Amino acid sequence: MRANAGVAIAATLLFAAGTAQAETFTVTQQGKQFDIKEISLAVGDSITFTNADEYTHNIYSKSKVQKFNLGKQEPGASDAITFDNAGKVKVRCAIHPKMKLKVTVQ
Amino acid sequence: MKKLILGVAVTAIAASFSPVSAAEKSRDEWKAEYVRPSSVPHPADNPYTVEKAKLGETLFFDPRLSGANHISCGTCHNPSFAWGDGLPTGFGHGMVRLGRKTPTILNLAWSELLMWDDRFESLEEQALGPIAADVEMNQDLDELVTELQAIPEYRTLFNVAFPNEGISIENLAKAIATYERTVVSAVAPFDSWIAGDELAISEAAKRGFDLYNGKANCTACHSGWNFTDDSFHDIGLPDDDNGRGDILPEIEAMAHAFKTPTLRNVELRGPYMHDGSLADLLAVINHYDEDGVKRPSLSSDMKPLNLTQAEKIDLIFFLATLTSRDDPVPLPVLPNGKSMVVTKLKVQE
Ligand code: HEC
Ligand code: HEC
Ligand SMILES: [Cu+2]
Repeated sequence: MRANAGVAIAATLLFAAGTAQAETFTVTQQGKQFDIKEISLAVGDSITFTNADEYTHNIYSKSKVQKFNLGKQEPGASDAITFDNAGKVKVRCAIHPKMKLKVTVQ
Repeated sequence: MKKLILGVAVTAIAASFSPVSAAEKSRDEWKAEYVRPSSVPHPADNPYTVEKAKLGETLFFDPRLSGANHISCGTCHNPSFAWGDGLPTGFGHGMVRLGRKTPTILNLAWSELLMWDDRFESLEEQALGPIAADVEMNQDLDELVTELQAIPEYRTLFNVAFPNEGISIENLAKAIATYERTVVSAVAPFDSWIAGDELAISEAAKRGFDLYNGKANCTACHSGWNFTDDSFHDIGLPDDDNGRGDILPEIEAMAHAFKTPTLRNVELRGPYMHDGSLADLLAVINHYDEDGVKRPSLSSDMKPLNLTQAEKIDLIFFLATLTSRDDPVPLPVLPNGKSMVVTKLKVQE
């Protein structure tokens, strides 16, 4: 009985900690580049992609872990995406394929 | 925090000015962005060797790489036409007309994605495409290995370039890719100007350079020393080729998007565009001046330019300074393979 309660409390704590920790990171696009090349996240974290460039971008991923397409992003625009699955997600810009970001979700 | 402020500042600038005014850099600041690199990059898994490049050159110009033994890579990528074929769209096996213009292979060592629509990610991967494609060279790859093995000089060339490995399709692709990376446009009058020789290009061409980076906004896509951002844009050409949209159908901006070509030696490479539809550089500039077919995929960097006739001519003078003074490309002497009759007789003696 006691032991069971302990487990329940631990589980609740874990769960609470999990949600409280969900963080939002910012990745900036400038000069047809991302400002970082790699980032590690926990499941549930998000990235806000901010276009601080003079050019339109189109961020997407075709990775098995998570497919998404933010569509055309004009200069000044920001869009967020939440990473719900663990694994590696290769993020690219469709217009400028040299823009690459490796997202590791744990 | 610092980053946040920077982000906001940049956003404010971007919002209140067009990209053209963001180009309020001086001529000298722009010039600094066009300096030639000092060496050619080769990938770690296929490093440069003289022997590989030599073998690659031989293969590139050898028509026996094609099924009917009469089309080489060099048939379409001809050094005399700045490594294209000078046709609106070329002809492949059985004189079949191709769907897209033959692009130059100049300066591809710096390019990560290949073809008008990015079907291939490396020169190694790409090289086998045209050999096997039925409309291009129509050659069975296994048969090709057998054919090459029957030519003793090729056995030697492969053994020297790939010790202990010899003839294989992978090595053939590696050799061709290594050779292609050595195909680099030489110093042009423009480069001499960038390096400090004020007399290397005309005043009209210098005005053209200012327009290129300013009012005409060409640098939004044709940027840097190789005059390309290696990116994909819909520039509003009216034909119905969907370009990279066929590879990434879920992304609207990729409909009718094609790879930005280098503008090195562009004067020698007409007619222009993936469909060869624009006959000369004036037609190209008139296209940009009018900004093309309005559709959701049209690049946001395509806007009416309102260039005067004099400005168009300055731009053309500038583009002409990108033509390099290349040494003539000597054609390799191919392994003949037929003189073998005598050798065979000698062996029998
Ligand atoms: C029949 C004409 C023809 C032949 C032969 C040919 N090509 Fe091409 N090549 C083309 C065309 C057309 C394209 C563009 C096709 C497309 O994008 O859909 C091309 C594209 C390329 C590209 C990509 C260039 C870029 O900017 O992305 C490379 C590299 C290339 N060819 C190398 C070769 C090699 C190596 C061979 C010989 C093994 C060869 N080609 C044989 C017509 C030809
Ligand atoms: C929005 C990006 C963009 C801008 C801005 C732009 N270009 Fe281009 N350019 C391209 C793309 C992409 C192609 C290939 C299009 C195709 O074939 O469908 C191209 C093709 C060309 C070609 C043909 C090259 C060949 O090998 O066929 C020339 C010449 C050219 N551009 C010159 C210019 C000049 C001059 C300007 C400025 C007035 C300019 N471009 C502005 C993206 C751009
Ligand atoms: Cu981009």
